[in-house]
Amino acid sequence: MAEAVRPQKTRTVQLPILDSLLWLIRIAAILAVVWGSWVSISSGRLTGQQWRNLIVFGVSQGSVYALIALGYTMVYGVLRFINFAHGEVFMLGGMTAYFVTDGLSRTGLWLSQPWLSLFIALVASMIVSTLVAVGLERVAYRPLRGKPRLIPFITAIGASFFLQYATGGLFGVAFKSLPNSEALAGSVRFAGIQVVKPQLVVIITAILMMIGLYLLVEKTKAGRAMRAVAEDAETAALMGVNVNRTISLVFAVGGAMAGAAGMLFAVVFGQIFFFSGFVPGIKAFTAAVLGGIGNIPGAMVGGLTLGLVESLGPSLVLTGLGVRAAHQLKDMFAFLVLVMVLIFRPTGILGERLAEERT
Amino acid sequence: MAKVTGPSAKAEVSSKRELFPARPVDLRRAVKVGLSSGAAAVFVAAAGIVAKPRLGDIHIVDGVVFGYLILFAIPAILGHVAAKPPPQLEGFEATRPGPRNVLAGVIAGVLTGAALALFLLVAGNINLRPVLSNVSPPLIEKLSFGQSLGVAALILLGSGTALGLAGGALHLVPPLWRRAVFGGLVWVFAIGLLEDFFDEVLGNMGAGYVADFLYQRGGGLASVGGLLVFALFAALYAYLGHRKISVRTLVDRVPEDQRRGARLLIGAILLVLLLLVPQILGRFYSHTANVAGIFLLMALGLNIVVGLAGLLDLGYVAFFAVGSYTAAVFTSPGSPAFAPELTFFAALPAVVLAAAIAGILVGTPVLRMRGDYLAIVTLGFGEITRLIVLSDWAAPVFGAARGIRQVPNITIPAVGFEIVDPQHLFYVILVFLAFAVYASYALQDSRMGRAWMAIREDETVAEAMGVNVVAAKLWAFIIGAVFASLGGALYATQIGSVFPHGFAVIVSITVLVVIITGGLASVPGVILGSLVLVALPEILRQFEEYRFLIYGALLIFMMLNRPEGFIPSRRRMEELHEEEVGQDVWLRTQQERQSTEAG
Repeated sequence: MAEAVRPQKTRTVQLPILDSLLWLIRIAAILAVVWGSWVSISSGRLTGQQWRNLIVFGVSQGSVYALIALGYTMVYGVLRFINFAHGEVFMLGGMTAYFVTDGLSRTGLWLSQPWLSLFIALVASMIVSTLVAVGLERVAYRPLRGKPRLIPFITAIGASFFLQYATGGLFGVAFKSLPNSEALAGSVRFAGIQVVKPQLVVIITAILMMIGLYLLVEKTKAGRAMRAVAEDAETAALMGVNVNRTISLVFAVGGAMAGAAGMLFAVVFGQIFFFSGFVPGIKAFTAAVLGGIGNIPGAMVGGLTLGLVESLGPSLVLTGLGVRAAHQLKDMFAFLVLVMVLIFRPTGILGERLAEERT
Repeated sequence: MAKVTGPSAKAEVSSKRELFPARPVDLRRAVKVGLSSGAAAVFVAAAGIVAKPRLGDIHIVDGVVFGYLILFAIPAILGHVAAKPPPQLEGFEATRPGPRNVLAGVIAGVLTGAALALFLLVAGNINLRPVLSNVSPPLIEKLSFGQSLGVAALILLGSGTALGLAGGALHLVPPLWRRAVFGGLVWVFAIGLLEDFFDEVLGNMGAGYVADFLYQRGGGLASVGGLLVFALFAALYAYLGHRKISVRTLVDRVPEDQRRGARLLIGAILLVLLLLVPQILGRFYSHTANVAGIFLLMALGLNIVVGLAGLLDLGYVAFFAVGSYTAAVFTSPGSPAFAPELTFFAALPAVVLAAAIAGILVGTPVLRMRGDYLAIVTLGFGEITRLIVLSDWAAPVFGAARGIRQVPNITIPAVGFEIVDPQHLFYVILVFLAFAVYASYALQDSRMGRAWMAIREDETVAEAMGVNVVAAKLWAFIIGAVFASLGGALYATQIGSVFPHGFAVIVSITVLVVIITGGLASVPGVILGSLVLVALPEILRQFEEYRFLIYGALLIFMMLNRPEGFIPSRRRMEELHEEEVGQDVWLRTQQERQSTEAG
């Protein structure tokens, strides 16, 4: 009966002028997208294969975003808190992948057992990122639980920059290139589409991780505890759920996903450096909001959508609108999506799964 | 450990008026502090602060180098922290310092020393360089003091323990002396570290002989100079502490009716001192002061948005960029598309107008957003601005990565005096700053300022009380944007060109760190913050690599320990410590009830 008691969601500010302005922006944006796409497609500048490549790239990029977004969305679901430093947890996963593969490439294992080596790198990345995420929660966020919302958020910003520059200070600020792997060279024909191997690896790994996460959250006792704490932490505590441990577990699972994403990112792009986590972190947050924050399937949907939008958008819409060198504006397109989603549909595609109203 | 609020505890307190025995120093906490201290020491060594050339070997006092000093300060300071008595609770006896403090300090010191020794043994036997790029042979050499690894490890363990013991034992010293020793050491450290700066400043003041006496050229303070500085400042702190003099007591001592006069007098003295600053600082450090001044201008603007109105803006650099680019486009002959080549002051109305429009553009869509979502959207706006000016698409107007060059110097309109020298630019920036500080104070006490603070406390309630939330929020954005754009315009003419790379998110974060560390909504705090956090890193260029590391750590530290900042505004402080204030009130009512019951 909780719903009946809860006050109706009311708009705080009633603004006819603002509303009509926002509607204008909305209509203009839709018109721009439709017009741009129409011009691009009718011009036939890109071949069908090139479009398919863009789509595959978008899906593989999107699955990395989805993996990172899971960490944001789960933490937000439990604590109503944006873990701004999550991008750095991801970056540290990538860094670990570099050091492990670099170390292995000097042994025979890298050549004789490429898949096993990559698997070792994946596991190592997940472990390191998990430890960082849990440590961060313990040191920086737990003491601030229950404080005004902006205080832990500012702490997270501080943690983000601390981790970035600590990584730069300890491991050097140069770009780190991963060793080449024979196993990842070339491409595979898959259902009529030519897919480059690293992207296929990313997509398959991401799917497996997400299935694993789904089973963990839906089928295990720990997953039930997580859902209970997300619903109502106080009641969950009364029911015998160890809230602190569950929150640590949420950070751990989010960290493991980010670590896997970091490893996949490093493998696809072949290089990583201390600032690599910042932009993917913000994009993954966009993905989380896009799918509906606090909602685990939403993070997956949001990640894929953002990956596709970002990969197709510049070529499809901006080139059609006559923008020069549209690929440079790829990141801008992602940020534009972020701003538009937060302004027009902050509840996301699948809707938020939050127990309380977001204020 | 008994709880104060338990019913039996309360009963006991009220019936017998007896105090519980003092709570001892927590040794388990000492272990924790010791472990973090060890981690910090190893981190400082591995990040290269100890052994980097031009950084680790800066001489502070005769023969004492920065690298060792910072490394060994860690066990001493954290030993002191570990030995801190637990917080005083109502109903408990006051803790008396004793051997347990020393023990806690020793525990922290041993753990720090052990961590360092372990690190040395590992790094000395295995080449960690492929992973930890700063663990170089010079570092190993420094940590091993020219001894064999085993002996060096024992030395590290021993010195860590000794310093932890010293840190803990400092609690046994009366607080007055403790403060004097600490103050003296800090000043010796600061004056030794800033040798170049003080050398230049003392030279410009015609007191070069003081610098000659204090310093040995390029080698930090001479031993005599160091002792003198220590003695001087320790004595000063002891005297002030003994007479219980602080800024607050000095202000309180002035009679109420003379405060206005006193304030004017202090203002006049400050103004005269400020006018002398460029002469004292010299050319190079005037440039530093100008950079700090521009950041201060931005910080005062962000202070209105974040501090007063409570709107966390992470894309503040966007307005800075708008100001810079507008000024560059309107004044520079090198502007690609549209180059009216106005003078700086003639372009200012355009800068302000552009900033106001940018403020409305950013402010309008986020009117309904609160807190962290607002922060992320503004961050998005900031990045979008940078990516647009960087892109080839906008190159015809903004010149993409090449930026806009040949931004002219400022010319004073009436006299036609062109400002080339940073020492002269200082005065222009000072005028802008004076205006900004005045505006900050005036706005704070205005109807608008109260509306902002009401929104910061609770937006819904503010609206219900008749505050025009929309207008107030938009004005906050506009005024913040104008301050930042003026900073941007000054920046463009100071550098003589604008590049997209100067407008990264890190600028927004720097300004945020300045206002949060100084004290949100507190103008003196913001001024102090930009002096310490912007001017100091500009003077100590050797630390550039670690600047943002320190900023990040500072943000975390401030939020965990002092969310109100170092010079807090009184109102913010009460908000943030609502619970404690509430607790105090509760305790007071309890006491009052007891006394009425007894009487």
